[in-house]
Amino acid sequence: MEQSNNCFSQGLRDGIPIGLGYVSVSFAFGMMVVSQGLPPWVAVAISMTNLTSAGQFAGLSLIVTGAPYVEMALTQLVINLRYALMSLSLSQKLDNTVTLLHRFLISFGNTDEIFAVASGNPGKVGKKYLYGLIVAPYIGWTLGTLLGAIAGEILPNTVRSTLGIAIYGMFLAIIIPPARQNKAVLRVVVLAVFMSCLFYWMPVLNQVSSGFVIIICALVAAGLGAWLFPIQEEV
Amino acid sequence: MPTWKIISYIAVMALVTYLIRMLPLTLFTKKIENHFVRSFLFYVPYAVLGAMTFPSILFSTDYFWSALVGTGVALILAFCNRGLLTVALSACGAVYITELLLRILQ
Repeated sequence: MEQSNNCFSQGLRDGIPIGLGYVSVSFAFGMMVVSQGLPPWVAVAISMTNLTSAGQFAGLSLIVTGAPYVEMALTQLVINLRYALMSLSLSQKLDNTVTLLHRFLISFGNTDEIFAVASGNPGKVGKKYLYGLIVAPYIGWTLGTLLGAIAGEILPNTVRSTLGIAIYGMFLAIIIPPARQNKAVLRVVVLAVFMSCLFYWMPVLNQVSSGFVIIICALVAAGLGAWLFPIQEEV
Repeated sequence: MPTWKIISYIAVMALVTYLIRMLPLTLFTKKIENHFVRSFLFYVPYAVLGAMTFPSILFSTDYFWSALVGTGVALILAFCNRGLLTVALSACGAVYITELLLRILQ
């Protein structure tokens, strides 16, 4: 029988580094929400119900500009589409303690980093381990957002300016290492960056709202990538 | 902006995000066989994060030059496989030092 990790305290321990990392990024998010003129509870409510970095930052700019709900839904769909793949992959990793009810609950906490750590386990993972794994990141994400929303106003401009780059630094840390190892990933990233820059600087194109720019860039770059460089399947 | 509108936005965000995570985990217990779809889903996160990062990262701080230095530091550290926290905080540090210098020079 295949081994399975179903220990709550082990999950809790594995989640602590993720939680610490989340504090700094969600701090920047909380600060950004307040700097856009929204009250702190909005920041905390978004973080507690969404638990996603890129989607929240994109969502915030759409709220501020009063975008249509359809644009909000489509933006979240495309930005967070990667979670569908992670959830699919995770579904192959769960042992039989994770019944349908627990799948409904655990799927809420399936972030990039939680997925990465869960997948790193050699065998299957159980519900207790997964609940333990989600605890620290969830607390870190919520607490960081609250602190950023409250302390963001106290912080001097010099510090506030520096934290603006934190989220993008994290994005680079996620995409650069795989792009180094995999030429196809690198090409997809370069194409997406090139298109995004075109939409920013080219006349006419720069009229397209930021949410749709991400959708278009992702569909074209990932679509071309899938067409030209189909992934190699491990047997 | 009225409170009900903010709550509606948050509800749309949360619902869409949750459904994306929940549906595959509860509906699809078998492996997706379509090779194109699997490849597409594999590339999506990289494309999304690439498009979100550039050019926005260059305008994420008070000065273009400090953002440029911060971007350079983040790129180098990420290239050296450093963790998320290290890369993010080092970029912040580089921006802080650059802006300090810029203010002295001005």
